[in-house]
Amino acid sequence: MHLYHLTLQGQTSINQAVHGSFTGASKQQEVCVARGTTLQLIFCDPKSGKIQTLCTQDVFGVIRSLYAFRLTGSNKDYVAVGSDSGRIAILEYKQERNLFERIHLETYGKTGCRRVVPGQYLAADPRGRAIMIGAAERQKLVYILNRDVEARLTISSPLEAHKTYTLCQGMVGVDVGFENPTFACLEFDYEEIDNDPTGENLKKTQQHLTFYELDLGLNHVVRKYAEPLTDLGNHLIAVPGGQEGPSGVIVCCENYLVYKNLGDQPDIKCPIPRRRNDLDDADRTLMIVCSATHKTKLLFFFLVQSEQGDVFKVTLETDEDLVTEMKIKYFDTVPVANAMCILKTGFLFVAAEFGDHQLYQIANLGDNDDEPEYSSRMELEEGDTFFFAPRSLQNLVPVDTIPSLCPLINTHIADLAREDAPQIYAMCGRGAGSKLKVLRNGLEVSEMAVSELPGNPNAVWTVKRNVDDKFDAHIVVSFLNATLVLAIGETVEEATDSGFVATQPTIGCALIGDDSMLQVYPDGIRHIRSDRRVNEWRAPGRRTIVKCALNRRQVAIGLSGGEIVYFELDMTGQLNEFTERRQLPGEILCMSMSEVPEGEIRSRFLTVGVSDSTVRVISLDPSDTLAPLSFQALPSPPESLLLLESSSEDGKGVSTIHLNIGLQNGCLLRTTVDSVTGDLMDTRTRFLGTRPVRLFRVRVLNKDAVLCTSSRSWLLYHYQNRFHLTPLSYPSLEFASSFASEQCAEGVVAITENTLRIIAVEKLGGAFNEVIHKLALTPRRMVVHPSANTIMMIETDHATYTEQMKNKKRNDMANDIESLATDEQELELAREIAEGMRNTKLDESVFGTVKGAPTRWASVVRLLNAKTGDIHSFFELPQDEAAKCMTLIQFHAQPDTLMVLVGCAISVRLRPYSHRGGCVYTFLLSNSGDKFDLVHRTPTEEPVTAVHDFRGMALIALGNRLRIYEFGKRKLLAKCENKVKLL
Amino acid sequence: MTSSAPTERFHVLAQLEHLQSKYTGCGHADTSRWEWMTNVHRDTYASLVGHPGLLSYMAVCEHESRARTKFNLINRMVQPCGPPPEKSPLDDD
Repeated sequence: MHLYHLTLQGQTSINQAVHGSFTGASKQQEVCVARGTTLQLIFCDPKSGKIQTLCTQDVFGVIRSLYAFRLTGSNKDYVAVGSDSGRIAILEYKQERNLFERIHLETYGKTGCRRVVPGQYLAADPRGRAIMIGAAERQKLVYILNRDVEARLTISSPLEAHKTYTLCQGMVGVDVGFENPTFACLEFDYEEIDNDPTGENLKKTQQHLTFYELDLGLNHVVRKYAEPLTDLGNHLIAVPGGQEGPSGVIVCCENYLVYKNLGDQPDIKCPIPRRRNDLDDADRTLMIVCSATHKTKLLFFFLVQSEQGDVFKVTLETDEDLVTEMKIKYFDTVPVANAMCILKTGFLFVAAEFGDHQLYQIANLGDNDDEPEYSSRMELEEGDTFFFAPRSLQNLVPVDTIPSLCPLINTHIADLAREDAPQIYAMCGRGAGSKLKVLRNGLEVSEMAVSELPGNPNAVWTVKRNVDDKFDAHIVVSFLNATLVLAIGETVEEATDSGFVATQPTIGCALIGDDSMLQVYPDGIRHIRSDRRVNEWRAPGRRTIVKCALNRRQVAIGLSGGEIVYFELDMTGQLNEFTERRQLPGEILCMSMSEVPEGEIRSRFLTVGVSDSTVRVISLDPSDTLAPLSFQALPSPPESLLLLESSSEDGKGVSTIHLNIGLQNGCLLRTTVDSVTGDLMDTRTRFLGTRPVRLFRVRVLNKDAVLCTSSRSWLLYHYQNRFHLTPLSYPSLEFASSFASEQCAEGVVAITENTLRIIAVEKLGGAFNEVIHKLALTPRRMVVHPSANTIMMIETDHATYTEQMKNKKRNDMANDIESLATDEQELELAREIAEGMRNTKLDESVFGTVKGAPTRWASVVRLLNAKTGDIHSFFELPQDEAAKCMTLIQFHAQPDTLMVLVGCAISVRLRPYSHRGGCVYTFLLSNSGDKFDLVHRTPTEEPVTAVHDFRGMALIALGNRLRIYEFGKRKLLAKCENKVKLL
Repeated sequence: MTSSAPTERFHVLAQLEHLQSKYTGCGHADTSRWEWMTNVHRDTYASLVGHPGLLSYMAVCEHESRARTKFNLINRMVQPCGPPPEKSPLDDD
């Protein structure tokens, strides 16, 4: 069985996120996220504030709901998954195997995301005794969870809590302590509406909050209690119960939060505060999109997020077990989320519905600021509400982001920036958070330091002082006729007492034995002991050393003429030459030897690349030292070799040896070496670039990785049970070596031309790095200029206003305030407020687009430079004209110019569908492609849904008509039309 | 043979009834146009809510939050095609 396809870039949106202690490590919490069809476990490192992905697992199904729960007394959370499989899955994260293991999988229905098959909603009893899974309509199933004698999780057969003709809007497990597990659901019964032709019942029927109780003694579920709601609810939040709180639920309704509980507890109702002087449509209701609960032994609070992205902190005041008051306070504004998680380490993870996901540190809980706190006790007029002023972050500090391309509207792949490889121009995001992302295949590289050197070096190495040291002590740079040794401390300075030969170039250097250093230069080898004693070996007369291979106990050098000399370190720390030498049939081009494996005293193979386009494996075993074992012919002479021995995942079993061969024709060959016979097998080839490939050993995630340099640099590393070979988004490198210091644990020191650079790769696993250009509205279509590397695009949004309209609204509101003032003093105050209103413009990319009424549309046309992102031309369409389509046309009446046609719809209402016609804008593109001008606007009877060029004319689709237009001076001229009947 | 025919017919009928009670929206010989339309709409809305990608698609179209889109779609399931037609006195029951 072979897996034939793995996506290069997995889904980037996060639909569900739950937090818990999935690894079972004490005081550590991870977040489990569902990205469409993959389940991912991420960890927010409290020290660095960085997000790490621990595990990514494809489930090959649609994940619709996730819930984390734990059995009482346990310290490890399980994940329950509701999917499109018609089954409930309980997963446990196994840290040692780094995967989610399926513990239970219970089938209850058909596959698919269906109306009555559960999977949409998932809720668990807070004590982990039962779990409820529900569908959008009718079906709800309860499973009892328990543990057997060996403390393994057990699951019962399902108990039904179905109710026909009932829609479900939300579900939550009520915290009732250790009484019978209870679930609360938001239900709407439509049976009577379906049987009532007059439509009267539709107005009368109310949504109900229904409590289901699982009787653990009788082993069945009863519909305990249902209470009608005055406002439609969409979300339920469980309030901690038992020892920790008053129990009950908060129902998030349109405009209100309502606390409800069983028994004689009266409802507590509190309006959701609104933004002061908001430009949004006044008829819009406000609703809560998601919530997060924080609970410790002493206190609990909720963070709820409104549709506009504003996060409120909600607290409950209690008198013994009765809730007396609900308090709500503006906290901060973050991107509108699908899910929020408050972690015990003080982080807030926000899985944004569109755009990048954010991780914030909660700097303070908003207890001691001057933000007003609103209470359910405050008297309000009917229909009146609280107001607050949105502001920049005060309680949260952004620490990290996970990039997301969702929603990806359109892409174009081309090499517009004139680089080696094409870029992906991706239009993504929605509303004011929209972006044009330029994606390049490659890992993002962070540059730690760049320093200039006195000449052009040709090699660089790092050397430790002692084998037990964590960090490197020296950087050795080799020039054409000199060697420079730098000492790494707080700063990097030249070291003069290193014992190296400074007047010769260096061929190789390394730490040898426990604390000695070895320098190989063309005339010999210099073994520098820690007490500064120096032993030297001289190359035989008239021959020089051309290549060498080193590890901690072995030294192999290649002399000109193709002879190999081999040395081994003995017990006293002395290098001993092996009596025989090995003559090869050509010049030695490269050599490599793996590190001494753990628990052994030597590496068993030496690999040599020879000028007759072969690579040879030579034994270093004491029984047949320097005996040839195997060889492989290559398509081109080898440039570089790197032998790597990697132990298997669990540290047991046989290690595998890989030989990486960089060829002079720019290919990388990767071959497995048989650990017994030294045979080469299973060769894989990959083209890396136009220059000879050189290979360097570096460290990534505490494992050996290979940095390959050619016309581009590549990194071959092992990550999440897979090998990744990814280019680096960085100028090409000459020579590199691994680098470890206090500031940079896993870096690379590299040379290009006359500079020495220290770089590090952080965002492992990523296939693309992105350059972002911000847009104003949701991008819809783009056309690329055929020669000028510019992109012209249309951006359109429903239910929003144009800049002009927003300014007008601001002015109107300000004028209203001024006109309300009666006396001189009031007028002065009103003028001040009005002035403030005219000048405060919230950054829409942070605070969200202004939401207008339906049928209000805003659109812009923009021309930007693909390489720099500079906006060359910008045109805003009048209010309510929605740009739908665009194309590039060369009219045959105007053969020497390029025109861009933008088709629009006017005042479209989505439900029920209506419109007020359409129009086509004609823009003239300048010859150099860096500017456009409006030529004319052609009105049409119906919205224009598609435009295309057709034999030097424009083919336009209007409703059920196809029409051909010719270019005219004042407007486009209709030439012929075809009406399609069947539409 | 003759005696088994009515029981078999009865058996098929019972099976159908069982299916109809098990699967909401399962049709029968007397399904009206309104019933069929209403069921198709409810199924569609439930599917839009159930597939995360489709819900995002709708949310981008309408320029609303995903939560609002889901809320609207489920509320629309209550009566997607208007009230049922008046029952004609010629119909049974």
